[in-house]
Amino acid sequence: VALGNWESIAVAFRTPLYDWHVAHGARMVDFAGWDMPIQYTSIIEEHQAVRTDAGLFDISHMGRLSFAGPDSLSLIQQVYTNNAGTLKDFQVRYGLICNAAGGIRDDVLVYRWPYGYAMVVNASNREKIVAWLAEHKGARSVEVSDRTPETCMVAVQGPRALERCRSLTAADGSQIPYYHAAATTYRGKPCIVSRTGYTGEDGLEFMLSSGQALELWEELIARGAKPCGLGARDTLRLEAAMPLYGHELGEEIDPLQAGLGWAVKWDKGDFLGREALVRRKNDPSLPQRVGLELEGKRIAREGAAVTRDGRTLGRVTSGTFAPTLGKSIAMAYVAADAAAPGSGCEVDIRGKGVSAQVVSLPFYRRPR
Amino acid sequence: MDPKTLRYAPTHEWAKLDGAECTVGISQFAVEQLTDIVYIELPEVGDHVFSGESFGEIESVKAVSDLYSPINGEITAINEKLLDDPTRIATDPYGKGWMIKIKAEPGSTLDHLMTLEGYEKQIASEEH
Repeated sequence: VALGNWESIAVAFRTPLYDWHVAHGARMVDFAGWDMPIQYTSIIEEHQAVRTDAGLFDISHMGRLSFAGPDSLSLIQQVYTNNAGTLKDFQVRYGLICNAAGGIRDDVLVYRWPYGYAMVVNASNREKIVAWLAEHKGARSVEVSDRTPETCMVAVQGPRALERCRSLTAADGSQIPYYHAAATTYRGKPCIVSRTGYTGEDGLEFMLSSGQALELWEELIARGAKPCGLGARDTLRLEAAMPLYGHELGEEIDPLQAGLGWAVKWDKGDFLGREALVRRKNDPSLPQRVGLELEGKRIAREGAAVTRDGRTLGRVTSGTFAPTLGKSIAMAYVAADAAAPGSGCEVDIRGKGVSAQVVSLPFYRRPR
Repeated sequence: MDPKTLRYAPTHEWAKLDGAECTVGISQFAVEQLTDIVYIELPEVGDHVFSGESFGEIESVKAVSDLYSPINGEITAINEKLLDDPTRIATDPYGKGWMIKIKAEPGSTLDHLMTLEGYEKQIASEEH
């Protein structure tokens, strides 16, 4: 059996928890130039910990940008499809950054503080977005600083996440509304806590100085949160049908095709890509993001062709075995006329056609 | 089966020859590296397999991998229980996790495969 390459590769960046991961037997992989843990024990075990209790993720590779100066909002509004102008203090909002053709440069979270704004971007796009912001800054009075190197980011996710984090920070996580944040302290030092995540579960994300990464991490483990790698993060976000940049999102894909039209605010004023998006909005030739449920347990990997009666409908962008559902699932881009839930198709898995059905997204929604 | 009595391929399959019947599975090390096995595809009884060529596939959450035959011959049995419950491979790779039985071509041996000692040296060099 060919086992593939699990060997860690010398890559550019390590998080402040790198040594901990290696010492605790994590398998490390190169993710967007970061040497990251893909799993500690088993992806399915870690996945289940998040669905049933609380899982802990080192997501320090995510890019953390802060905006200061009177024109911060104006710059964000120009590059961002959602409306940052209606954010209240401490509110967090998802949105896209588009190129002039309406393609997605990144998907980001914008945080509003009483004293400025912050943005969390994908690790793979951090340098690109920093350059994009500089390019479009113009004469604005705004300073964008990349805080990624000196800070860390940790997520605690799962139905018991809030309980496991009780009184961890000065402002308790359970008092923070969904998609809001608090600027508080952890052991007397500044810490940002937000009620956000990328797993489909309730939970918190912490941003603080890298120097405190290890003590926070170890305290969370002592409180019963289970360390989880990027492997489980991927199966979790897939079940929740959250798109991943480089798979469901890219420079050639617009937010409408991706099913993210809700994060595009047409009435907020002009923004980069708006004009192109107006044109693309009703273009029936553009493929659409769909969910597929496959028969059997074989996994549809990225790039697998989706066909019907010999006609190629599109391609799979991510697929996995969904541990919570016990099914093989995938996301794909298919021709708009084949995107209706309930329609059947075939996915080519190593030369064999596997029956599949378009299903409505998400695959998994947490019980409330 | 006792791992000490088995022979090992560089691709992590184990084999045991009893007369002309060769039983094949994958090693504990392979199982630990794969983790989260969700699917296995095996050949059918009567199919011919060839040394060093794929006889099936094993799929984990992370990746799909080919399984390689250690010997030439004809499939006489497959472990059908694995098709419904591939986790048996991980829980008991040398016992309930056996995959196929092959009627080896006359004169076949497993001399080209490693002993446990040789195999352990290989995995030690892969692990670091």
